[in-house]
Amino acid sequence: MMTLREQLREKISAAFYRHGLLCASYPVPIILFTSASILTCCYPLLRLPLPGTGPVEFTTGVRDYSVPSHEPQGDLGERPDWYRGPPVAYIQQVLVKAAVSPWDSSLVTVDVFRSPLSRAFSLLEEIRNHVHSDSLETLCLQVTGLFPGLRRMQSVLPEHGCLLVSPGNYWQNQRELFDSDPDLLKTIQKHEPKGLHTSATLRDLLFGVPGKYTGVSHYNRKRVVTYTITLVLSSYDARFLGSLRARLKQLHPSANCSLRDDHMVHVHFKEEIGIAELIPLVTTYIILFAYIYFSTRKIDMVKSKWGLALAAVVTVLSSLLMSVGLCTLFGLTPTLNGGEIFPYLVVVIGLENVLVLTKSVVSTPVDLEVKLRIAQGLSNESWSIMKNMATELCIILIGYFTLVPAIQEFCLFAVVGLVSDFFLQMFFFTTVLSIDIRRMELADLNRRLPAEAGLPPPKPGPLRPREVPPPPRPSPHTITLQTPAFRNLRLPKRLRVVYFLARTRLAQRIIMVGTVIWIGILVYTDPAGIRTYLAAQVSEQSPLGDPGGGGLPPHLGVAPVFRGGDPTSTLSIHPAPDPTPLPENQSQGHHGSARAGPLPQAPPAVPQITWGAEDEEGWRRLSFRHWPSLFSYYNITLAKRYISILPVIPVTVHVSPQEAIETRHPQDTRHPPPPIPKVSADLQTDLTLYKVAALGLAAGVLLVLLLFCLYRVLCPRNYGQNGVAHGRRRRGDLPCDDYGYSPPVSEISPLLLRGHSMDIECLASDGMLLASCCLAGQIRVWDAQTERHNIDFNGCWEQRDGWDSVGGATEPECLGSEARGPSVSGDGLSEEEDSYPLRHRTAPARPTLFTDQPDLTPLIDTNFTSQPPSHLSTPPREGFDFGGLVERAYIEHEPPSNSTYPSPSSATADWESSVWAMELRGNLIAAGRSSGKLELWDAVEGSLRCSNEDGVSGITALAFLNNRIVAARLNGSLDFFTVEINKPLCLLQYRGAPGRGSMPPSPCYSSEDVISCQLTRSVQCAHQKPITVLRAAAGRVVTGSQDHTVRIYRLEDSCCLFTLQGHSGGITAIYIDQTMVLASGGQDGAICLWDVLTGSRVSHVYGHRGDVTSLVCTTSCVISSGLDDLICIWDRSTGIKLYSIQQEVGCGASLGVISESLLVTGGQGCVSFWDLNFGDLLQTVYLGQSSDGQGVRQLLVLDNAAIVCDFGSELSLVYVPSVLEKLD
Amino acid sequence: MSLTLTAMSDSAVTSGQQQWSGSGPPPRPSRGPYISAITNRTTNLGIRGAMLFSVGVFLALVLNLLQVQRNVTLFPPDVISSIFSSAWWVPPCCGTASAIIGLLYPCIDSRLGEPHKFKREWSSVMRCVAVFVGINHASAKVDFANNVQLSLTLAALSIGLWWTFDRSRSGFGLGVSIALLATLATQLLVYNGVFQYTSPDFLYIRSWLPCIFFAGVITMGNIGRQLALYEYKFIQEKTHQD
Repeated sequence: MMTLREQLREKISAAFYRHGLLCASYPVPIILFTSASILTCCYPLLRLPLPGTGPVEFTTGVRDYSVPSHEPQGDLGERPDWYRGPPVAYIQQVLVKAAVSPWDSSLVTVDVFRSPLSRAFSLLEEIRNHVHSDSLETLCLQVTGLFPGLRRMQSVLPEHGCLLVSPGNYWQNQRELFDSDPDLLKTIQKHEPKGLHTSATLRDLLFGVPGKYTGVSHYNRKRVVTYTITLVLSSYDARFLGSLRARLKQLHPSANCSLRDDHMVHVHFKEEIGIAELIPLVTTYIILFAYIYFSTRKIDMVKSKWGLALAAVVTVLSSLLMSVGLCTLFGLTPTLNGGEIFPYLVVVIGLENVLVLTKSVVSTPVDLEVKLRIAQGLSNESWSIMKNMATELCIILIGYFTLVPAIQEFCLFAVVGLVSDFFLQMFFFTTVLSIDIRRMELADLNRRLPAEAGLPPPKPGPLRPREVPPPPRPSPHTITLQTPAFRNLRLPKRLRVVYFLARTRLAQRIIMVGTVIWIGILVYTDPAGIRTYLAAQVSEQSPLGDPGGGGLPPHLGVAPVFRGGDPTSTLSIHPAPDPTPLPENQSQGHHGSARAGPLPQAPPAVPQITWGAEDEEGWRRLSFRHWPSLFSYYNITLAKRYISILPVIPVTVHVSPQEAIETRHPQDTRHPPPPIPKVSADLQTDLTLYKVAALGLAAGVLLVLLLFCLYRVLCPRNYGQNGVAHGRRRRGDLPCDDYGYSPPVSEISPLLLRGHSMDIECLASDGMLLASCCLAGQIRVWDAQTERHNIDFNGCWEQRDGWDSVGGATEPECLGSEARGPSVSGDGLSEEEDSYPLRHRTAPARPTLFTDQPDLTPLIDTNFTSQPPSHLSTPPREGFDFGGLVERAYIEHEPPSNSTYPSPSSATADWESSVWAMELRGNLIAAGRSSGKLELWDAVEGSLRCSNEDGVSGITALAFLNNRIVAARLNGSLDFFTVEINKPLCLLQYRGAPGRGSMPPSPCYSSEDVISCQLTRSVQCAHQKPITVLRAAAGRVVTGSQDHTVRIYRLEDSCCLFTLQGHSGGITAIYIDQTMVLASGGQDGAICLWDVLTGSRVSHVYGHRGDVTSLVCTTSCVISSGLDDLICIWDRSTGIKLYSIQQEVGCGASLGVISESLLVTGGQGCVSFWDLNFGDLLQTVYLGQSSDGQGVRQLLVLDNAAIVCDFGSELSLVYVPSVLEKLD
Repeated sequence: MSLTLTAMSDSAVTSGQQQWSGSGPPPRPSRGPYISAITNRTTNLGIRGAMLFSVGVFLALVLNLLQVQRNVTLFPPDVISSIFSSAWWVPPCCGTASAIIGLLYPCIDSRLGEPHKFKREWSSVMRCVAVFVGINHASAKVDFANNVQLSLTLAALSIGLWWTFDRSRSGFGLGVSIALLATLATQLLVYNGVFQYTSPDFLYIRSWLPCIFFAGVITMGNIGRQLALYEYKFIQEKTHQD
């Protein structure tokens, strides 16, 4: 059983591996293929109606109409599925067009609509009293009361009885009230809602036509009044309606009316989403977004987080779309509300697999090829992915057997979605991931190139002629420095939020988007706007759309008719047409055709009542919420139901002038003539619009001015000038980040210790003394004893073990820290030498190439790594000094200058004997040379005490603990030396008081002692490849090597305790302290924590792209810096990354911990102090004037919380005053 | 700035000295006010309780709305009042209960000595909440043939929720017992006429109630455990240092 499982597992793993290789090899074809399949699967979705609440129409003939049955019938082919059962109501509109005819110039404007409106009452009487086998009372929809909360409508809308709506409702359908109403327009206006309205207004409801077509206003130039009487019927009686139609036509014949009356339109309304439904919906969506956010936040270690997050979301979404599309293709029409189940579907399908994939792929060793990484990552997770998928499918299948239709449908979608999601993950997301990782590698390569350039500066031969500073040489590699403003400062959270808002202009964008949406809503709900167009689109797209002409988009039908007459279009062009009615135009203005309206230029004296196609279905011009809102007043919902709209009954009414005058109200004549009678109503509204716009503009300008004044008053003049200087940073300028934030002015001033003529290479300190060694081979010893604020460098010894005296004749020179004269450069080295451009950046700190920039070698020539170590044991210039060749070539072209040229013989001798490693204990300096010689110097007197030449391979690293010295050599061997002093009594003598820190006191060796250094044991093949790091603490010696392993030796008996394997690259950094914490970082960007006692790996994390350059631990966290200029802070117990700090490019990799919470890092000519708890930048201290380009490569933290770092040829001592005060 | 630096280095000096010497216990690191507030046990408990309470109240309101919305018509002037249409004390009760549950779960975990390790991520918690809302949604909106079917489906969904997001025996036991207790309490309340259900189908109450309670307990426990993870991390760190 087990074997079967294992077999299956292996097969799956292998399949995934091959698949990963395939995806990473052919990314573009696979992405194209995936997109094509997504599109194909989504194609059936086009047939689904567009989402939205727009109503859907279906047209049938009137003659053979019968109420559709509830049961679906066989010929469903042309019927929509909602067309079942009786409608909520039948709507019968009587469209009345009335005009005073002929128009008399003695008439006033009110007469245009007063008498035509009054005719509504008689028409109402006629309709109410019409009897044909049934009366209206039996047919119409009986309403029983308005919706509670609509008391203000009580007086206008019928509260019980027949639902019969007409303009007469304004006056309670009583002619007397109408006649005694002094101002009709005011009555109508009274019920209009204030401000903007998005749904149907009462006026629309009662008039049955949109407000601007009614003609009830003072500016009606056509003098035709249009309104409808709307009957809402609960049952359909063809005979009654036929007789009503005939009767009305007979009473009020419409001469030129050719409206079709053989079609009835059924309008189906979608479910409207109310607030009650919206709140849970919004909640589920919020939860969904939180889920997506928390999921995609975990994507890490990739080139573009956002890109991958987007790809993940796209994967899930398009798998859902594919699922719906496929289900539709196979005949399943979704009945569930898509918007509601969508979040649940996403949650069920989930983003987990995608994240697992990403994590697995980025955890593969970075030095592998992209293809292999993808393949490995896939195959590592294949089993869990398959298992999860099987589990989910099982759960969903169980859900399918609940036999509840809704759940079954959900499960079906989910199953298809899961499968298509799997497909997309495998093809789409994997490919995107491979592209991303390839991009990341490219970026890394680009980033490394400058570092590669800096790799091989010549081994600083002391004899190298350097008197004449070389002119700016055509360097083969140029180094591009980022602007200092690039520095990523850690700011307080509050400020970061503000800066984020400012940077992204979030507020403005939200306002803009809000405005656009608002305008969109306005346009959408505008009765003549995009809504009708969309509705037409919907009805067109539904395959069962209206086959007849009635289904045409109304504006298409209307447009030609209104070309001449549409007031909005014409009047905007001709704002003030000639108002005078020309008598001779009367007859000519009369067009027989219904399709040509009266020309606006010549309003006829006889108001022309025309009937056009637009009147046939005038309700289309109403808001699509017209009917739902009418019914909702009576607590009847139209959601998911339909109403049937019967063909309108046209009624034409001509009122004689006499009648118009008779029906006048006494106040009508007193009514002031319209203020601008010549201008139409629409122009009027236009003008108000302009007025409002102008006022708004003025207000806006005023507001801006006011704010500007406030700003000037409240803010200082020079506010914000801090951040202007984006150019080259001058000395003393504090770095500003992108927001103009600059840290407070430094109160810490670095102290420069000058004395070296070339770049400093090694630094060593035991707390009391500080030894430094430069490329020229000078070793200088500084006394780092401090007194209060002053550091007194009272013992400056210079040991020159250069070319002139191999023994290292010492010239004790007491130099003040500032008293460095040019005389010391008697070695033929001038100060300017140091400023030659390539040097600052590119000179490696130590010749031990593997310590700082170890994996650059494969970039130069990958053959080097594969070469046997024996080759490496030769002086490294042969193998690695790429830049050295360049420089040598350069020197050949350089004419030798006049100065003291050292003899070539000594040059070769010293060439091999530069100091590669140095350690300081007590007053003994141990120096390891490239020739393999180990020397012990007296730090106080500057005399060579002892030397050992047992080894031939260069010493790359030294450790000096108690009386033992451990030397790691280039050929991978490890030598243990014992320092023996012949006068053991002197060992008990301590120099000075015990150190401030309770360091183990350094033994003092007096000058009389005979010190001998003996090789006690040599481990020949400690490592297969050169040892890069050597650390000793707590009685253990830890070595890290290029051969990917870390070894732990016991110091006493030099016995190898453990070989720790786990890195997939050379070891570049090791940290061990007294508490036996061992951390190692490698070229693979991984950081391992080990248990020194058992040799087991505690945790293994990937944090850097490229090498880990430096590692420091505190009691709670591990701090690592990498070649990617990132500083990561990890939780020591859990291995979780707490946060990371992105430094500017090319920052030094040096790290130091001053206390539990204070971290110091070296940068370009500066050191920065960080608060470890929050990751905030506390302070940046600039070391010198020419701070550009000189990186701090080595950093030592002394006991007294002072920091020593190298700075070109100078040493810089920085200490935090407050710390020192506390000390004393 | 210098103040901070001084404060930071206050302990830094002494500790730094000792650290380099390698002798003596490593000192406790000084922490910022925020972290110390989190680390403070009572404050932490208060914060967590408040968060859980607000989550509970919010979910109660929303889910209540989900249940009543079927009877709301298209024209909703009284929606806001319908949110509070049921007894006003229901949301606070739910909030209190969820706070207690959310605090109880990590507490029991630590008592039993088996810290919950399964899917400890916020995304998983969000997924759990979404599924819980989905279960409520299904119970409110999906038409079931009969109540037995409804109850069985919901029970299966709840168990699935537990298995997907919890998988701990203590969680299951606690969930079942609290669900039973809550059902009993509801039963008593309904029996005494404090409020009633529109269509009771099982001894005055809806039979799906225990399932909903169970799912809710699992969800709140999940949130509570996730919140407690922060405190747990810091405490672990502290013990590590000691």
